[in-house]
Amino acid sequence: MLSRRILLACFLATLASASFAQTPERFIVVSSTTSTTDSGLFNHILPLFKAKTGIDVRVVSQGTGQALDTGRRGDADVVFVHAKAQEEKFVADGFGVKRQPVMYNDFVLIGPRSDPAGVKGSADIVAALKAIQTKKAPFISRGDKSGTHAAELALWKIAGVEIDAARGPWYREIGQGMGAALNTASALNGYVLADRATWLNFKNRGELAIMVERDKRLFNQYGAILVNPAKHPHVKVKDGQAFIDWLTSPDGQNAIGDYKINGEVLFFPNAQQPGA
Amino acid sequence: MDVTSAFVEAFSLITRLDPGFLAIVGLSLKVTLTAVVLAALIGLPLGAWLAMARFPGRSALVITINALMGLPPVVAGLIVFLLLSRSGPLGSWGLLFTPTAMVIAQTLLVLPIVVSLTRATLEELWAEYRDHLTSLGLTGLRAIPTLLWDGRFALATGLLAGFGRASAEVGAVLMVGGNIAHYTRTMTTTIALETSKGDLPLALGLGIVLMTLTLAINAAAYAASRVGARYAG
Amino acid sequence: MRASILPLRAERLALIRDGQRLIDTVSFTLPQGGITTIIGPNGAGKSLTLRLCHGLIAPDEGMVTWARDAHLRHAMVFQQPVMLRRSVRANIAHALHALTHPAVKSRTDEALARFHLTPLAERPARLLSGGEKQKLAIARAWATEPEVLFLDEPTSQLDPAATREIEALIRTLSLEGLTLVMTTHDLGQARRLADRILFFNRGRLVEDADAASFFEQPETPQARAFIAGELL
Repeated sequence: MLSRRILLACFLATLASASFAQTPERFIVVSSTTSTTDSGLFNHILPLFKAKTGIDVRVVSQGTGQALDTGRRGDADVVFVHAKAQEEKFVADGFGVKRQPVMYNDFVLIGPRSDPAGVKGSADIVAALKAIQTKKAPFISRGDKSGTHAAELALWKIAGVEIDAARGPWYREIGQGMGAALNTASALNGYVLADRATWLNFKNRGELAIMVERDKRLFNQYGAILVNPAKHPHVKVKDGQAFIDWLTSPDGQNAIGDYKINGEVLFFPNAQQPGA
Repeated sequence: MDVTSAFVEAFSLITRLDPGFLAIVGLSLKVTLTAVVLAALIGLPLGAWLAMARFPGRSALVITINALMGLPPVVAGLIVFLLLSRSGPLGSWGLLFTPTAMVIAQTLLVLPIVVSLTRATLEELWAEYRDHLTSLGLTGLRAIPTLLWDGRFALATGLLAGFGRASAEVGAVLMVGGNIAHYTRTMTTTIALETSKGDLPLALGLGIVLMTLTLAINAAAYAASRVGARYAG
Repeated sequence: MRASILPLRAERLALIRDGQRLIDTVSFTLPQGGITTIIGPNGAGKSLTLRLCHGLIAPDEGMVTWARDAHLRHAMVFQQPVMLRRSVRANIAHALHALTHPAVKSRTDEALARFHLTPLAERPARLLSGGEKQKLAIARAWATEPEVLFLDEPTSQLDPAATREIEALIRTLSLEGLTLVMTTHDLGQARRLADRILFFNRGRLVEDADAASFFEQPETPQARAFIAGELL
């Protein structure tokens, strides 16, 4: 009786582990940012890539800093992020083979319709940030070392605001992803810098609306990097490179440009643009 | 989106058995069930042995295992993450960001509960049964099957508690599974993700399933203890 | 019929705990048949002697020897019968772990019928009355086909009616050829059942006599005092 029970338990365990084993054999792991996942871009382009090559792409989405760390440890085959300076350092340190520009999107400044800082409709992000700081209007910062966080800090710098010195109760760092930052802004009726894609996909808007957009300084470049097999020999060079090649090919670039929400293009392909 | 319509959509997801929704629930159950079965296969014999064995340092071991019942899930996740990362000692297995990694992390969470409860239950039974079992020639390891069977209701309650802890956990599986769509996305990680995206219906729907599951687990544990009380006399 | 494991020889047994000789240099021989009753005041070492004979504890001095390998050929019923958290039937079947599956079934049915437990077969054993529990404990021991049955205070927890029933059962088992060794603190019970008396006091075997002569002509002052109810 007892041995029958043990057999049953073993059978169950085998069954469970066997069912995990039926996942496709060809796959790569891509560490990317929350914006590419949350915006729905991957849901649109990955099936196209898989249909063409048979390669399954498993996306781990994190902030840009974390995503690069994941690549550094060798836990991903490709990193696909948006922080040019950090990406170049990643390659220079030998963790990546080569940085390939893929596309850009743009940031928008989101805020409550009541607009306590009075910045709505402006095309000058720097002036808007200065106004928010002066009025001490609530501002939500990602605070998670993501690409968006890096972009936000760079903009404060351009605005001449020493954020470490100027911070106060009005400036809240949440240490979480884009969606969480938008949720917080919605709850507190605060301002927040968001990528347009995540904003368009975001459903819990409450009183929030776009305040500032289309400033050139709000453009946000994405690059893809193959993790260096010289550092991590297990990296799937062929399949990983195939993904990057497809992203930058006419097929991939068209797929990216075709992704729209409410008729709006979210990511603008620019693989061929020099210096991107 | 207001909360009422979120509830309406959540129930519609459940009642029309949305395939994406079911896949997430299925993966969660599969991962947690596997972890509980593994924890039982390791923990029941280990706890039984610990109930009967006497050796120097036993008390320290018992205390350590009791303390591990409160192991913060994120710490369990971190340990498994560090072990399985390509830069870690077991990196060559390539298990990080797979369901297997989530099973390992959850097993680590459930195991101390199973061992500790088995030890406590069987120690009491062994004190009561010792003379009788010795008289029948069932000493040492040969006593364990009897003790496990007669402790079955208490042990089932323990396994259910372990199942509850593992299925409700988000930190560890997020860390080691990577929350990859269609692959390592469980109920709890999806709730975290969808809430952050502001997509409340899916999060709510999964939340309702999780709550129902918790309710079912508690009902089962209650039933087990009722039946157990009957046999315990 | 297998060759008998009897006689049992206890030779100069001693059990020492914290410097106290709880059993102090005890020797006796147990031949086949009869009801041997161990009596004596509290702390005399009655129960310990049974446990030493049954092999539950090892003596610090001396030895217990059976005529041949006695493994699983003698059984014991405890003062507080140990009831497994299972049905009456499963309690008996569990004791038969050395048998094959079909043999367990038939032997269990036999034991249930023999002790009139068949109507209770599917009840949880721990919900039985005191008398029923004791009967089950004896049935369970009987099912293993022992040659010797040790009974430790078999009726101490029971009401008079249940006591009478268990005593009748003990007598029947003896008539069927089972060798019985029991302890009791109840002198009346010893008079009713015993063929032979082992009288213990303070860990020592004071008198070893057949029952009739023990009660009529006790040889020692302690035995006389005990029979008179002055030694408790």
